[in-house]
Amino acid sequence: MFGKFSRRRFFVRAALPTVAATLGVPNLFPAAEAAAISRLQPSGPHPVPVTLTVNGTAHALMLEPRVTLLDALRERLRLYGTKKGCDQGTCGACTVLVDGTRIDSCLSLAIMNEGKSITTVEGLASGETLHPMQAAFLEHDGFQCGYCTPGQICSAVGLLNEKRPTDEASVRVWMSGNICRCGAYPNIVAAVRSAAGAAS
Amino acid sequence: MRPVSYARATDTAAAIAYVGGDPHAEFIAGGTNVVDLMKDDVARPSTLVDITRLPLGGITPSATGIRIGALARMSEVADHPAMQANFPAVVQALNESASPQLRNMATIGGNVMQRTRCTYFRDVSQPCNKRAPGAGCAAIGGVNRMHSVIGTSPHCICAHASDLAVALVMAGATIHARGAGGERRIPIEALYLLPGDTPQRETVLERGELIEAIELPASTTARRSVYLKVRDRRQYEFALVSVAAGLDIAGGTIRAARVALGGVAPKPWRAHEVEAQLIGKPANAQTYAAAAAYASTGMRGFGENDFKVPLTGRAVARALAMAEAVV
Repeated sequence: MFGKFSRRRFFVRAALPTVAATLGVPNLFPAAEAAAISRLQPSGPHPVPVTLTVNGTAHALMLEPRVTLLDALRERLRLYGTKKGCDQGTCGACTVLVDGTRIDSCLSLAIMNEGKSITTVEGLASGETLHPMQAAFLEHDGFQCGYCTPGQICSAVGLLNEKRPTDEASVRVWMSGNICRCGAYPNIVAAVRSAAGAAS
Repeated sequence: MRPVSYARATDTAAAIAYVGGDPHAEFIAGGTNVVDLMKDDVARPSTLVDITRLPLGGITPSATGIRIGALARMSEVADHPAMQANFPAVVQALNESASPQLRNMATIGGNVMQRTRCTYFRDVSQPCNKRAPGAGCAAIGGVNRMHSVIGTSPHCICAHASDLAVALVMAGATIHARGAGGERRIPIEALYLLPGDTPQRETVLERGELIEAIELPASTTARRSVYLKVRDRRQYEFALVSVAAGLDIAGGTIRAARVALGGVAPKPWRAHEVEAQLIGKPANAQTYAAAAAYASTGMRGFGENDFKVPLTGRAVARALAMAEAVV
C-alpha cells in the first residue's frame, strides 16, 4: 500500500532532527512531534479510494486526489446536470449543495468531500415531482440556453437554506455568484422570489 | 492540473511538522485559492495537507473582542450577530468579497493568505518576479489597471486582493500562528511584507507556520466602521480602490480614527497620515475632505492605473462620512 514515495518521505523527516543537531540549530522536531509526523501518511498521486455520497447514494470510487468534485460528478458518476463553465470559480455553473450549503464544485477536491452529503440538480426532485425551485424556473421561464440553469437552481435552493432576504434587490445580490450570459436575470429573479414565497 | 498527493490531517502539530519539513507541501482548507492556482500551473505542490478536519473553527466572543478560528468560513463570520454588532466594516468586507458560493467555502485563515490577482502572476507564459524571481515584471509597462500605486518596487507592482485583510487592519486584528517553534501573535499589519527585492516573499510566516485564529479587539472605532468598495461592477469583482474607515466621535469631535486602504498596494495599507489629520477635529465633511487629501501622499500610477490616485482620496472622504453616519 505504501509506495516508495511515502517511505522516502518518512525517512527524510526522521533524519531531520539529526541534521539540525549537527548544524547546531534548534531541534525543530522533538521526539513527540517526530511520532506525530509518522502518523501523517499522504496517499496518491495515483488513484485512491474515495467514497462520495451523492443524492443519497454512496459511491465507492478510485480517484486521484487532484480530481475536483465537479469532474468526479460529471466524468465518473455521469451526473451531467452540473455544468463546467469557467472551471475557476467565476461563473457558478458548477454550483452544488454540500450538507445543504451551496459551493462551486470546480474548486473543491472530491476527496475533501468524503463523509458529506452532496446534492446535485439531479437530486432535487422527488420522483416525478419537481422541486419547487425547478417548477418556479419553468413557470417563470427562468432560462434561455439553459447552460447556467442547474447552477442557478442549486444556488437558489442554497439561498433559501441560508434564509437570505428575498426582495428583488437582495435576490440579485445573493444570486450574484451565478452568471447567465443569455441575460435571463429578470425571469431568474422572479422564479427565485416566487419559490421563496411558496416556501414560506 | 499536475498530480498531487493528499494527506488528511487529524493532528495540528503533525500537519505543521509535515508542511514545515517538505518544501513542496501546502496546506489546503477551502481550496478556492490553491486549487485555482494549481489549475493555472502557478502553484505546484507535490502534497496537499487537508487541515479542514482540525479543531480550528468557531467564533468566540469575549468581553474584550472576538476570536475567530482560522477555519471559520467567510459566510459564517459575516452572519455572526456579534460580528455584525461590533465589526460592521469586517462584515461588509466579507459580504462584498467573491460570491456566496465562494464565501461558503473559503476560510478566514486562507483569505488573509490569498495570492494576488495580478494577471501576469497567474499566466505562466509571462515574466513575473513573484512567481519566478529574476524573470522581470510584465505589469510595469503592461496592462496594469488593477495594480498598485503605493508600496511597489521596481520588481513588483501587484495589488493585494483581500477585502477582509483591509478591514482587519482597520480593526487592529492579531494573527495567532503556530509553527514548529510554538505559537506566536502577529499584529496583522506586521504579517505582510512589501515586495522590495523579494516579491516572492509575501508574509512573515515561516514554512509550515499555520494561522490558527484571528483575534479582533473590541473598540469604538471598529463598532462605528464601514467598508467602501469601488469596483467595475456591483458584485463579484475585486476592488479598484477600497476603504475601511472607523471613527470614535464624542460631542461632535473625532477622538480616534482608523483608516485602511485596499486595491492600491501590495498589502492592506494603513493610512496613518489621514488618521492623524482627523484626531481632535470636528466630525464633518470639511474635516473628511481635508484629511482625505493626505490619502494619496506618496502614490504614483503606472499608466492605466493613474486614476486610482485621485479616486483614493474621494473614496476616503466618502467612507469617513459613511462611518460618521453609523449609529
